[in-house]
Amino acid sequence: MRHIFRLQVGPVAFRIGSEWRQPVEALRRLYAGYPEPDGACDFTVRLEAERPWRRWLRPSVAMRGDYVLPDAAPLPLAQGLLAAEMGMNLQMALGQKNFLLLHAASLERDGRGLLMTGHSGAGKSTLAALLGERGWRFMGDEFALLGLDDGSLHPFPRVVSLKNESLALFGGVDPERLGPVLTGTPKGTIRHLRPEAGAIARMTESTRPALILFPRFGRELEPATREVGAAEAFMRLTQASTNYVALGELGFGALTSLVSSLPARAIDYSDAEQAEDLIERLWSEA
Amino acid sequence: MAASLYAADPPATIRTVELEGLTLLYHRRSGLTHILAPPAPQILAALALGPAGADEIVARIGADFEVKAEDPAMAIAARLAELEAAGLVWRHLSPSLKQGRG
Repeated sequence: MRHIFRLQVGPVAFRIGSEWRQPVEALRRLYAGYPEPDGACDFTVRLEAERPWRRWLRPSVAMRGDYVLPDAAPLPLAQGLLAAEMGMNLQMALGQKNFLLLHAASLERDGRGLLMTGHSGAGKSTLAALLGERGWRFMGDEFALLGLDDGSLHPFPRVVSLKNESLALFGGVDPERLGPVLTGTPKGTIRHLRPEAGAIARMTESTRPALILFPRFGRELEPATREVGAAEAFMRLTQASTNYVALGELGFGALTSLVSSLPARAIDYSDAEQAEDLIERLWSEA
Repeated sequence: MAASLYAADPPATIRTVELEGLTLLYHRRSGLTHILAPPAPQILAALALGPAGADEIVARIGADFEVKAEDPAMAIAARLAELEAAGLVWRHLSPSLKQGRG
């Protein structure tokens, strides 16, 4: 690989190699201020030309790495940044063995952690990024890392990929923290947001989870909250975990102790301000 | 024909956690997690004492658990079929039957 970028995000070290300069430069700009890994990297993501001749003729980017999905769709070179992000997600989802991985956003305030998980479109990324601008410590919008031995929540504060209309909520942030606008991706228009400096500086500080939220977004939804029983929370979190089955009994132990020790609530909301009010109310009760 | 006898893995090979009236069960041999509602956990506990048929299971669990059904043995037999499909219990062949087959 001609161009290499090494990146530490929380407890995970990535090495991203690319045949092209542009994606690596874009990553460097986007991840400015993140530490470089001390030693060997946990995961390698390689961005390569799909076919040797396509490097010159209409280049596309294929993801390669320690774990490879044969049908990972090649993306146009202009979206190499997105390919790198997807590659990092894939490596984590398939290869992470040190933590129970939950497809969830996580935040911290006053020494306690908030977990938010839901289906695609539930708004967990947007809400996490928004709260991260409003006094909470952003710990991650994509994967929450749960310690297998002590149940603590470890930060994984990667850049947030903001989608379509949620972009408008972040008009006030320093433009230096925003990546290029990526149009026509499989998820629509995307723009990456670097978390605020405090979240990066404290990426090694874990916290005790205190509340599990299952947000649901819908324009027609009336704002509502509902208690979620521990058994339902368990079931939904096994579905939200990418490595629950692979971890075997360790995962069972970590997840059962999580759901039996903290409250879980579902919230319905139709706009971000409403969601923030509901979260604040539930947080004060947790 | 005599009613089927069922057997289950010994308690040391499973791990269970009670949550709101349900039992989460981790089955070490398969690595699978099961969510069980009563009387399934009670059936497994009864089988920990040794292989048994539906009638015997009703008798074993009767002391601490009431099977709310018109015909408790039929209800238990239906749950046994579900547990068998989930791989948590299996038909037990008595030594004499095994010999007969040989």
